[in-house]
Amino acid sequence: MTAADILSAAVSIGFHGLAFAMVLYLISVGLSVTMGMMGFVNLAHGVFAMLGGYIVTSLINRHGVPFGLALVSAAILTALGSIVIERLLYRRLYGGDELDQVLLTVGLIFMSVAAVTYVWGPTPQPMHPPRWLAGEVDLGFRSFPAFRSFLILCGAALVTALWLGLERTRFGVRIRAAVDNLRMAQSIGINTSRLFTMTFALGSGLAGLGGGLGADLLAISPSYALDNLVYFLIVVAVGGLGSIRGPFVAALLIGVADTGFKYLLPGLGAFIIYLLTMAILLWRPRGLFGRA
Amino acid sequence: MSAGNGATLAFARRHRLHPFEALPWIAAIAAFLLFPSYLPLGAQILATILFALSADLVLGYAGIVTLGHAAFFGTGAYTAGILAANGWGEPISGLFAGALAAAVIGVVSGFIVLRTSGLTLLMQTLVVATLLHEAANRASSITGGDDGLQGMQVWPIFGVFRFDLFGRAAYIYCFVVLFLCWWLARRIVHSPFGRSLTGIRENVLRMHAIGAPVMRRRLVIYTISAAFAGLAGALIAQTTAFVGLGFLSLDRSGTVLIMLIIGGVGRLYGAFIGVPLYMIAQDRFSEVAPVYWYFWIGLLMVLVVVFARGGIFGLVDRLRR
Repeated sequence: MTAADILSAAVSIGFHGLAFAMVLYLISVGLSVTMGMMGFVNLAHGVFAMLGGYIVTSLINRHGVPFGLALVSAAILTALGSIVIERLLYRRLYGGDELDQVLLTVGLIFMSVAAVTYVWGPTPQPMHPPRWLAGEVDLGFRSFPAFRSFLILCGAALVTALWLGLERTRFGVRIRAAVDNLRMAQSIGINTSRLFTMTFALGSGLAGLGGGLGADLLAISPSYALDNLVYFLIVVAVGGLGSIRGPFVAALLIGVADTGFKYLLPGLGAFIIYLLTMAILLWRPRGLFGRA
Repeated sequence: MSAGNGATLAFARRHRLHPFEALPWIAAIAAFLLFPSYLPLGAQILATILFALSADLVLGYAGIVTLGHAAFFGTGAYTAGILAANGWGEPISGLFAGALAAAVIGVVSGFIVLRTSGLTLLMQTLVVATLLHEAANRASSITGGDDGLQGMQVWPIFGVFRFDLFGRAAYIYCFVVLFLCWWLARRIVHSPFGRSLTGIRENVLRMHAIGAPVMRRRLVIYTISAAFAGLAGALIAQTTAFVGLGFLSLDRSGTVLIMLIIGGVGRLYGAFIGVPLYMIAQDRFSEVAPVYWYFWIGLLMVLVVVFARGGIFGLVDRLRR
């Protein structure tokens, strides 16, 4: 291998790893916030990402809806759906037993597997990027797949908007207050019950968007929420529960490492991610950015 | 024991055998006599009860919520299976090998996993199981990979009792192993060690404060539970002469929790109620529509958590009050 080959492989790993990291972060950030704020172990978070993926693929493939509109609908519909579930079910278990939360959400995952098979069938849904995102973009020194580039730009824009929103808006201040100290936030008059619902909806909407955007990276099939659960949990636990930026670093780490090792050591790819995760948590049990 | 010492008497009474405790065994013997054509399913139910019992030890007594218990089940199954497929089909030593391998995985992974708590612990148990699943998938020359392990030759028990198609030997074999393990589990749970586990579950800080070696005790029960789960896996591998990747799947870890919850956690008997109910229902339903079975079981889970916390035993408790 020449130096140019190595450089080219590294650029390629960085590019695809970054795309994967964006998807992982969009999906997982909501999980981190719900964990940090409500202490709720929501294993069914991936179900919202899967729903987003199904909404996007079926709107595009069956109904010919434009790509952008399909993405926005996926985010809004999953957010609305999550409000119903939060009000009906999750609310009852806040501050409750961890085991109950695990069981409830595993039950929801199982229901989603069967329900999705009933509606969309057992085979994975193909993702056809719109014509303006097919092919490659030439950046002068080399060209990149247009759809993945769009994914990265879109992810970067959303992440920036999310971080600015949390830093600069009143809603963001309330969320940070509630994550930091729930009882204090309640005492100074923040309506935490409504805040929970809105945060949950925001997190689920982002997950739906992430699932839709990443439909060609994480294939949209009925067992989506089960198959990818370990990735979402790793991102949240390695990042640090309740942290907003921690999961971003973790997603970058996992996304790039996963892509890289699968490319360089196809026989061992996934192992290294799992071992890396265990090693990081042995070193920092609360995650990279978790608070003691 | 001095008369009038109420607490001592209460503790003594707690671990004395209650007549009700004979019920599962009477039921198992009755099932053997009454339903001779269902013995293969019966043997699987008995082995799965052992698996759920092992999960109850960590979940119900030590309060460790795990999503990766299939790691130990699968390790036991693959160990016994690989031995039997490579010329060592002696079943009893196969069981011990399965339990030992699972215990080794238990002690090594427990050392890392049990340092954390909550979602991080949950994730790490899942990672351990996923890691083993991936390993079994990759090492397809040994494990058969996706197709499952083929060509197991299990010798007769003690060289006499042959595993037959009707599952008579398998049923009795599983029955005896389950009985011995239940006896052991019962002794553990009612020992001072078992009581201190309950203490750790209820209030870790206080147990630390009174000087209990919390980490070591959790690691010990985690390892014992892993060995039991390994036994259960080895039992199923030997009696069905098959091991597949499903033995290590998240699906398997999840369903064992579900079976346990249906019965009731932390009672040692939840497994005896939940597993037969689940497996018999699954046997009936899955003939009709295997995929939609998940919908109903998921719905049942949600309903149990929302309306019937504590499972069937919990419901009975509430009715009695």
